[in-house]
Amino acid sequence: MQIVFENVNYVYSSGTNFEKHALKDINFKIDKGEFIGIIGHTGSGKSTLIQHMNGLIKATSGKVYFNGEDIYDKNYDMRILRSKVGLVFQYPEHQLFETTVYKDVSFGPKNLGLDKSEVDRRTCEALKMVGIGEELYDASPFELSGGQKRRVAIAGILAMEPEVLILDEPTAGLDPRGRDEILDQVAKLHREKNITVILVTHSMEDAAKYVDRIFVMNDGRLVMDEAKVKIFSRYKELEAIHLAAPQVTYVMNALRERGLPVNTEVTTVEEAKKEILKVFKKS
Amino acid sequence: MIRDITIGQYYPADSILHRLDPRLKLNGTLLFLITIFLFDTFYGYIAVTVFLVSIIKMSKVPLKYIMRGLKAIIVILLFTVIFNMFLTQGDVLIRLGFLKITKQGLYSTVFMGIRLIYLILGSSLMTFTTTPNQLTDGLEKLLSPLSRIKVPVHEIAMMMSIALRFIPILLEETDKIMKAQMARGADFETGGVIKRAKSLVPLLVPLFVSAFRRANDLAMAMEARCYHGGEGRTKMKPLHYSTRDYAAYGILILYLASVIVISIFEHRLPTVL
Repeated sequence: MQIVFENVNYVYSSGTNFEKHALKDINFKIDKGEFIGIIGHTGSGKSTLIQHMNGLIKATSGKVYFNGEDIYDKNYDMRILRSKVGLVFQYPEHQLFETTVYKDVSFGPKNLGLDKSEVDRRTCEALKMVGIGEELYDASPFELSGGQKRRVAIAGILAMEPEVLILDEPTAGLDPRGRDEILDQVAKLHREKNITVILVTHSMEDAAKYVDRIFVMNDGRLVMDEAKVKIFSRYKELEAIHLAAPQVTYVMNALRERGLPVNTEVTTVEEAKKEILKVFKKS
Repeated sequence: MIRDITIGQYYPADSILHRLDPRLKLNGTLLFLITIFLFDTFYGYIAVTVFLVSIIKMSKVPLKYIMRGLKAIIVILLFTVIFNMFLTQGDVLIRLGFLKITKQGLYSTVFMGIRLIYLILGSSLMTFTTTPNQLTDGLEKLLSPLSRIKVPVHEIAMMMSIALRFIPILLEETDKIMKAQMARGADFETGGVIKRAKSLVPLLVPLFVSAFRRANDLAMAMEARCYHGGEGRTKMKPLHYSTRDYAAYGILILYLASVIVISIFEHRLPTVL
């Protein structure tokens, strides 16, 4: 068990009119190497939840364990936790500040106190991973295009070589191509380096394509925590909390209702195509 | 941590005070401030205290929340108290080495302390019960006679409301950027002065960039809606005094009268101090 949450509650501005119970009794366990998607409505507590994972927010009550250690223990070093759990915020390009792309990406590894050659190695590797070429290393991050800025910002986290990578809607505001590029890159990292990835997303299609297990948040509660296929088969429940399954799920269910014996547990267009062709060939 | 500063914030609640006209609240606050600084008699302060306590009760803002505003002035308060206590000339009461406490000093300490506290309580009560928009509307209306002598009243009010509107946004932004940099191992808390000042660069640069970006967007959005200054501009919700407001003006006048009367006849009342 890499990350464990036990009865985690979080209350904003307690004792005033603005009081908000943002997280209610959250319990889960995440193993090393999992690819998890978190879905939920705006304001359902997704962002609050992920900030608990690297200790940026301290739970009002409950326990959080990372690699078996209680992160709220007096002697626990939060900075080590933050170097192991990389968190990419929404619109991460808004945090860029250095004069060059290279310097900005090396900010994280430098803070870890690594020696110069190691910082250099990690910085270059991270920039390569997100597809930023060497010709841009000395450019000002403020001169880049939106998609490039986003990738540089993500590289800033990757350069810390975290064991867990959390991304909060990394594709918001990007064009479809930029979106696929970033997510494909993350998926590749997950496969090759076996790091745990937690992806917060609004897009069911993205969740369907990349993740294995899904957390569904609603009104501060973790209402579902199951394998992707199982979650989407409960699409009626998802609709009740203003979410939806991927469009393919609806197509397959509709086909089945009309008497075509397809397997409704497929989640991407590609799989659906194969499944439908298979059924047609049989009949 | 940044959220703890309550001074100047709006506190949503449903009370008579919240529904009063902002012009009345501005005038009332001014009057209140004048009374606490003009009159310094014991019975006068009882009247002021009764008035303050009753409007706090009426505002439905929790006392604990109002008191938090005092945290911001604690240093000034301590300075005032210490200087007044030890540096006022007069009849010596206690002598501690080269320091002495005089009777007059004690008086002015108590009064200055009370004045400062009441000043903060009274004025923050206004901002607690008035939204920034109402406040600037009220100010614009009250100052509108000045536009005849070419004071850009509307523009000032507009700038004020934009500034006020952006405080919470920038606070939130600061919080977000701070967290984002902390996630990259930034450390804002330890180290000496120089190290700390340096550690602010990753926070301030993105903050300024975002402030300029927002200013740009806002200017664009305002122009797209044909904003061109105050001339000929009408309001969606023009301010109108209602019966409630006239009644409140009546109460204010009564309050002022009673403080004046009390301070005139103070010497006929039994002395307390």
